[in-house]
Amino acid sequence: MGHTLTIVKRELASYFITPVAYVFIVIFLFLTGIFTFYLGSFFERGMADLTPFFVFHPWLYLFLIPAISMRLWSEERKQGTIELLMTLPIPMYAMVLGKFLAAWLFTAIALALTFPLWITVNYLGTPDNGVILAGYIGSFMLAGAYLAIGAFISSISKNQVISFVGSVVVCLLFILAGFPVVLEFVSGLAPQWLINTISQFSFLTNFESLTKGIIDGRFIVYVLSMIGCFLFANAVMVEMKKAD
Amino acid sequence: MAAMIEIKSLRKEFGSFVAVDGVSFNVARGEVLGFLGPNGAGKSTTMKMITGFLAPTSGTAVVCGHDILRDPMKVKAAIGYLPEGAPAYPEMTPWSFLNFIGQIRGFRGADLRRRVDEAVQKTSLDSHLYVPIESLSKGYKRRVGLAQAIIHNPEVLIMDEPTDGLDPNQKHEVRKLIGEMAKDKAIILSTHILEEVEAICTRAVIIAAGKVIADGTPAQLAARSDRHNNITLRVQSRTAGNFKDHVSSVSGVSEVLMVREHDGVATWRIVPKSGAALITQVGALARQNNWEVLEIRLEQGRLDEVFRDLTADATAKAGREN
Ligand SMILES: Nc1ncnc2c1ncn2[C@@H]1O[C@H](COP(=O)(O)OP(=O)(O)O)[C@@H](O)[C@H]1O
Ligand SMILES: [Mg+2]
Repeated sequence: MGHTLTIVKRELASYFITPVAYVFIVIFLFLTGIFTFYLGSFFERGMADLTPFFVFHPWLYLFLIPAISMRLWSEERKQGTIELLMTLPIPMYAMVLGKFLAAWLFTAIALALTFPLWITVNYLGTPDNGVILAGYIGSFMLAGAYLAIGAFISSISKNQVISFVGSVVVCLLFILAGFPVVLEFVSGLAPQWLINTISQFSFLTNFESLTKGIIDGRFIVYVLSMIGCFLFANAVMVEMKKAD
Repeated sequence: MAAMIEIKSLRKEFGSFVAVDGVSFNVARGEVLGFLGPNGAGKSTTMKMITGFLAPTSGTAVVCGHDILRDPMKVKAAIGYLPEGAPAYPEMTPWSFLNFIGQIRGFRGADLRRRVDEAVQKTSLDSHLYVPIESLSKGYKRRVGLAQAIIHNPEVLIMDEPTDGLDPNQKHEVRKLIGEMAKDKAIILSTHILEEVEAICTRAVIIAAGKVIADGTPAQLAARSDRHNNITLRVQSRTAGNFKDHVSSVSGVSEVLMVREHDGVATWRIVPKSGAALITQVGALARQNNWEVLEIRLEQGRLDEVFRDLTADATAKAGREN
């Protein structure tokens, strides 16, 4: 646990040494604002809740999360620091987990900085704060799932741009997996059981219930097991690719 | 002396290519082992296996009593390693970087501060502690790499081309530092600068095409040179017209070669039959014939020649050129 914590601290500090973190947070807040107020018709709906805010998160994260995760391992390999890291007495799980947790913590910070929105709805009306909390938890879990995918993809290539594009594509597949249109389209191409499984894994179907205020234990389990799987694949990939 | 590093038939294949082909040698405390070889010989790959970055295809190594396959964490804890090019996180400062490494190595609080200070002092990093590593010069970046490698005062120090790309002053500094640390550690450093081997190494292992082709003290290796035991002699030509005939007739002389003649001074090389010691006889001959000898010198042999001969052979045989 000590090693994981040391890695988390180093990684998190690195986000804030460079302007990247601040730029990311500003863009994140700006975009959530736009989505919520313009596309989500926050005021026009006349309802005191944050549904229009959360509803766009799967799409917002689609581009923002890969922007964070792309450097996780790609950069480590490009700089050659992976050789340093992997010859220090740290177990593999601590490296993989430490990097992932730091990135997740960072998104948590960005998410927490949307608190003025929460204050606003509470000022304007009497929202169900339980529903809002469920939305935040769901959004955080979603970010974790995207990040785990992104971390895994970034361990495949030295090139950050490739890592970014690859993560966007894979995350998109996980979003689209829930759309009936998409399911119909692939229904001819794949066996039914596979399609059923894929639709089970969709972020959207799983995420929507959360924004409605239902903390579905299955969603949490689903995300955590996804994170587990992708981080395991991440470790395997790092081990395979480290010397290339 | 007990060996602190025992390398046992290490082999590494990349696909069908054999990068390291059964390398074995031991390093004891107090030894500074120069690991020599042309580019692509397999030096870095061998070091990466010892330090636990790459898994060997077969063979193993034992570092401070711990097997690299069975106890990689203990091996990593015992080794200080400077990878090729001294990689470090570019956005960090040397100070935060060294603190990070120190924490990973398990130091906390006052102990951590003391160790960081010590490493900084030894590598003379004081003046550049708080600038991002990416803005440091090559020399300072290398010092940061060295500082992180010695922060835990390791018993075994492994450095991949520690002076590569440094200017002569920086090279001197790094060698001095290595020399100071040498007596209570087992050190392996790779290099292709032979003068470096003569300057700091107590032993040299030469590899080519993944195989060890020579192992001995720098002096022993130099003695394998064709020139070893040759006599070089400079003489005023007008006083020694009959030089070649006279010397050739001495028993034990195999060959007398004119190296050059310039400004009335001839430089000769006298090649003895194997093992023959000729310098006193040649000296006496010179006195008898009243040759005006300006210089007479017994060649020790040159490491670079030996290196070139041995490695060219082995590399050509393996059909491998990098
Ligand atoms: N990850 C790798 N994949 C494939 N070949 C490699 C890899 N690493 C090194 N090699 C090859 O192995 C040989 C030895 O490389 P290396 O150990 O770096 O040599 P040296 O350090 O002596 O210059 C080289 O021919 C190199 O191209
Ligand atoms: Mg090398």
